[in-house]
Amino acid sequence: MRTNDVILQTVTTIVSFMIILFSVQLFFAGHYHPGGGFIGGLMTSGALVLLLLAFDIKTVSKILPVDYKLLIAIGLLLAVGTGAGALLFDVPFLTHAYNYFNLPLLGKTSLHTAVIFDTGVYLVVIGVTMTIIQTIGVSE
Amino acid sequence: MTEIIRFIIGFLLIAGSFLTLVTAFGLIRLPDVYTRNHAASKSATLGVMCILLGTFLFFFLEEGHFNSRLILGIIFIFITAPVAGHLISRATYNSGVSLWEKSVRDDLKDKQKYEEKNM
Repeated sequence: MRTNDVILQTVTTIVSFMIILFSVQLFFAGHYHPGGGFIGGLMTSGALVLLLLAFDIKTVSKILPVDYKLLIAIGLLLAVGTGAGALLFDVPFLTHAYNYFNLPLLGKTSLHTAVIFDTGVYLVVIGVTMTIIQTIGVSE
Repeated sequence: MTEIIRFIIGFLLIAGSFLTLVTAFGLIRLPDVYTRNHAASKSATLGVMCILLGTFLFFFLEEGHFNSRLILGIIFIFITAPVAGHLISRATYNSGVSLWEKSVRDDLKDKQKYEEKNM
């Protein structure tokens, strides 16, 4: 029997944007509210898994030509680099710094180096989850 | 904060929990998968949306906190829950689960034969 997934695919195209926006919000809310790199990364990979469910692996890798193993390496490099960057200023490893800046559009914003570390966590979580799922999905 | 708004919030919460209870009764009482799925995907969606709306109104009007995640949650449930019901029900039909014995008509039954004839 022929099947078509038009309902699933149409809803997925709308809903995956909502999930990714929510995951970005969770990622940036992590300093003051519940959230952070881990849950944000998990939710982003959840949106990607939803795309994988509605379409096939070939289509998704054409839309998002990302090598997820490379993403793990970049994330680890960001996390280690934030820690090692503290050594340049003659303070212990992983010492973080923050300050308030007046950005042109956003106004007074506090920028913290922990965000860079969190970005590393975010990328590693996405990379690990998607690598696991794609590796299991491809093997017959 | 007037009493009438408190009344509306309480009404939304009670209506939402009542609809969720109706869902649970429907899951127990109805005869086959499709009617159960009908009960579960419809009234549970409306019940959860009512409860989320009541929660949103409570925090917005009583505490002065506009929580946009609840609005997003309402929209998200409204989009996804019927699709989940549709997919579950289609998967059960395609794996050959039979309808209730008192069902009158099944329009999808001859689909495979029709396609083989016309392809």
